[in-house]
Amino acid sequence: MNGEKVVEPLSFEKSAPGRKGLPWPVCDVPVIQVDKQIPANLLRTEPAQLPELSEPQVVRHFTRLSHLNYSIDTNFYPLGSCTMKHNPKVNDRIVQIPDFAGLHPLRPHELSQGILEILYEVERWLSEICGMDAFTLQPSAGAQGELTGILVARAYHEHRGEKRPVVLIPDSAHGTNPASVALAGLTAVTVKSTADGQVDLDDLLQKLTKDVALVMMTIPSTLGLFEPRIQDIAKKIHDAGALLYMDGANLNALVGLVRPGDLGVDVLHVNLHKTFATPHGGGGPGAGPVGVKKALEPFLPVPRVAFENGVYRRKFDRTNTIGRVHGFQGNVGVLIRAYAYMRLQGAEGLRDISENAILAANYLKAKLTPLFPKMPAGACMHEVVVSGEGAFGPGVRTLDVAKRLLDYGYYAPTIYFPMIVPEALMIEPTENESKETLDHFVETFRTIIAESKATPDLVKTAPHTTPVRRLDEVRAARDPRLRYKP
Amino acid sequence: MDPKDLRFTKSHEWIAPDGTVGISDHAQHEITDVVFVELPKTGRAVKAEEACAVVESVKAAFDIYAPVAGTIVATNEEGAKNPGLLNKSPYGEGWLYKIQMTTPADRES
Amino acid sequence: MFIPHTDEQKKDMLATIGVARFDDLIGALPKNLVRPKLNLPGSMSEMELVRHMEELASRDHLAQSYLGAGAYEHFVPTAVWSVALRGEFATAYTPYQAEASQGTLQSIFEFQSLICELFKMDVANASMYDGASAAAEACLVAAKHTGRNEILVPETVHPQTLRVIQTYLAHSGARVTSVPCPNGILEPTVLQKHLGPDTAALLIQNPNFFGCLESHVQELSDLIHKAGGLLIASTYPVALGLIAPPGEYGADIAVAEGQSLGLPLAYGGPYLGLFACKNELLRKMPGRVVGQTLDADGKRAFVLTLQAREQHIRREKATSNICTNQALCALAATIYLSLVGKNGFKELATLNFQKAHYAAQVLAKGAFAPVFQHPFFNEFVVRCPTSPEKIVERLAKKRVLAGLPLGAYYKDRADQLLVCVTEIKTKADMDQFGDLLAEAAR
Repeated sequence: MNGEKVVEPLSFEKSAPGRKGLPWPVCDVPVIQVDKQIPANLLRTEPAQLPELSEPQVVRHFTRLSHLNYSIDTNFYPLGSCTMKHNPKVNDRIVQIPDFAGLHPLRPHELSQGILEILYEVERWLSEICGMDAFTLQPSAGAQGELTGILVARAYHEHRGEKRPVVLIPDSAHGTNPASVALAGLTAVTVKSTADGQVDLDDLLQKLTKDVALVMMTIPSTLGLFEPRIQDIAKKIHDAGALLYMDGANLNALVGLVRPGDLGVDVLHVNLHKTFATPHGGGGPGAGPVGVKKALEPFLPVPRVAFENGVYRRKFDRTNTIGRVHGFQGNVGVLIRAYAYMRLQGAEGLRDISENAILAANYLKAKLTPLFPKMPAGACMHEVVVSGEGAFGPGVRTLDVAKRLLDYGYYAPTIYFPMIVPEALMIEPTENESKETLDHFVETFRTIIAESKATPDLVKTAPHTTPVRRLDEVRAARDPRLRYKP
Repeated sequence: MDPKDLRFTKSHEWIAPDGTVGISDHAQHEITDVVFVELPKTGRAVKAEEACAVVESVKAAFDIYAPVAGTIVATNEEGAKNPGLLNKSPYGEGWLYKIQMTTPADRES
Repeated sequence: MFIPHTDEQKKDMLATIGVARFDDLIGALPKNLVRPKLNLPGSMSEMELVRHMEELASRDHLAQSYLGAGAYEHFVPTAVWSVALRGEFATAYTPYQAEASQGTLQSIFEFQSLICELFKMDVANASMYDGASAAAEACLVAAKHTGRNEILVPETVHPQTLRVIQTYLAHSGARVTSVPCPNGILEPTVLQKHLGPDTAALLIQNPNFFGCLESHVQELSDLIHKAGGLLIASTYPVALGLIAPPGEYGADIAVAEGQSLGLPLAYGGPYLGLFACKNELLRKMPGRVVGQTLDADGKRAFVLTLQAREQHIRREKATSNICTNQALCALAATIYLSLVGKNGFKELATLNFQKAHYAAQVLAKGAFAPVFQHPFFNEFVVRCPTSPEKIVERLAKKRVLAGLPLGAYYKDRADQLLVCVTEIKTKADMDQFGDLLAEAAR
């Protein structure tokens, strides 16, 4: 590879012709000639060049790759907004029960009663937790949930004969919000934030015209703050004929403490992989169920799960539905895990989790305050967002400090988000990290800040102990090499 | 090209008397390493201040606006192939496109 | 269970924060709404939970299934999930910090390479939610790329994929036009009549929803290209061990449901949307993509790249709103393909082909004649002597799934049943299935 050093060769580079990892059984039916049945022009001309490896080689290759990752199972992973909490091991066992794993999505309902009961209950419990009237479990991820929620809201307005082309989104929102709005054919208009990170109410009210279909708010906000005026804001939104959408990325701070529906939220999505502890999997799969108030229920995607006369069924007969967003029922494996998580915890356990997540974030905030001149005052919810400005040595940026944390065995917090906070660090400890870990994390921060002043280059060139060091991202983008070529 | 001969927009594009358009040295510095340039198709008619090209860094994307109304008559294919030229030579080899200004006569027709 | 703090520690933490009680931290929440009573079931121990879940699962126990239609029962080698579920993979997140995520990044790079090989396409992304949304995103790319608005979708495309496309396109300015296929495949003459100056793309599914190979795929490809549109090919990865991949007949975008590559059926998900395209569409491709580069020491390394197309940077102007990929599912597919290997993959496809053709013979002998005469891979439609719904219901009582009655999807196919046979069926299984069907038809 042009003399490049390699941490672990690609599987393709370990391949040798004729090697086999998985023998198939001998064909036990009379063999017919393939090319008699399929004309040559429809057949593949040369086999796909897949690697040829033995099973032990494959197992070792991927196990060695796994060692190059930081993960919750191995490291504190304080990635703000992503809620990197422990994923219960029992759930791995549950989803592999053969009678779950083998469930075909088009089974008739009489052969799907167990799984339909689970889906039905997940819908009901999410409704209960969120104070909503109905849920769809179909969306595969938060962003697809957003699209679904916006399409449902749009359909609701149009059904009432109203054309409302605008969606208001605070400038602190996740990038998926405006992207989902665009995909739904609406126009995103940005609402400013005030200096303390809350929505600028004057700006919101000024933009809250008859054209507004929806106001999308992340609650608690991406700054980890609960908007104390939320009920009043909801009322003003409703008075203007618009709906309040809650980006539920941070629902894990509210479960059992307050119900979004009670606050005036009309539609929301929940990221099950965050709040309900399903594995993030290196970037998915997640699940983004969408909850709505009664008036929006007719527009939810089909199929819906119903329980009638003691039998669970999938229902397709919804004339006002927005249609389907998933080829089948959604990420059911993720939904089973969320079901199991809720059953393990019960209502009290879920609330206890929220409270401990908030406690840990505020503890971390208190301990970090002496290190950060721009630490905002007051309590936060489940995560603490702070600007790195003024905290580090000359020329050292938040990015450098984040990279240096990797050297100490911590994954980096979310950085440079939300965009309204300069040099932002967004730290989310979750309820799982012990006081000892949190204390050690703070001490590490103290050490790195001292390093940034005494030996700034050490920090600016970090990381030093990871499998690879800083990457040339410009090279990657200017000359994209996106696949192995022999 | 000598920056003295160029007219600059508030959004940091420049336009030469012959209609060649690029980004300012200040802009290329702010953008950091340019990794991709998306150019308009030649023959496209653009309005003044219409976004008609995109310059990307690793972490951001910037719309480039047409300084005047007109028709795109040439684009810098070399710059598209080698985006680093925008950093190296913003007023020379790193130009973006050439625009033929809409004449008053055109406007009337 | 998952919370480590002792009561003593909690007290210490509150003292450090400088508040007397926990409730002082949530003063911003409306007092009258705090701590609502939630009507949820009580908590269970892990032991009780396992028992409860096993009981729920057992209710739907099945002996045998001949149901395919977009989700396929293939053998999953044990090593696939034994490795994929390692905590270092499963409990990591999006590899934004590349230095601490090379395992995930390299596995995605290998995944992209494998998908390109399989499809014979230039580039592939890191995966999407499922095959249906990948198809929908492909339609959006085609409309944007061509500046045209009509997507032609033959009746031989999975009806549920079509539903998802319609949802995604509803407000995009693009529209779907259905093209009739009374003969079970798309005829070039029929396509010709539907082509127009606003045709952005033709989406074909090959093998199609009825299991038939689209026999005229090269002509279809030539026709749509001549009309200035793109060819989007939705395919079935396992079939590509035998049949021509999309790249060989000139597809501009290839998509697929990747579930067949080592993922369990799991009642519909999580699955794996595969998306690959020609180089010239790279910048319009939705979703994450991993690229190769060098680190500060000149070591080969992998990183998320071309991110300026994506929502977290481009926001409302992004190529798509997608953020996540199905990374863990993509990893499973990567391990699966590495294990099965070059020759094994062809063998697997051949086994599917042989067994399905044997089953078709068995069924034909028992008065379930094939509806189409086109070449097929491992799925086919038969005409039933009595109502397919009744047959399915009768076999369900014996915990056997006979297939998918087509009446619910196509009014004029009320007597037809879609049957799928993969490598996992033995000759004895299929002989028995033939007997059961014959009995049910009486």
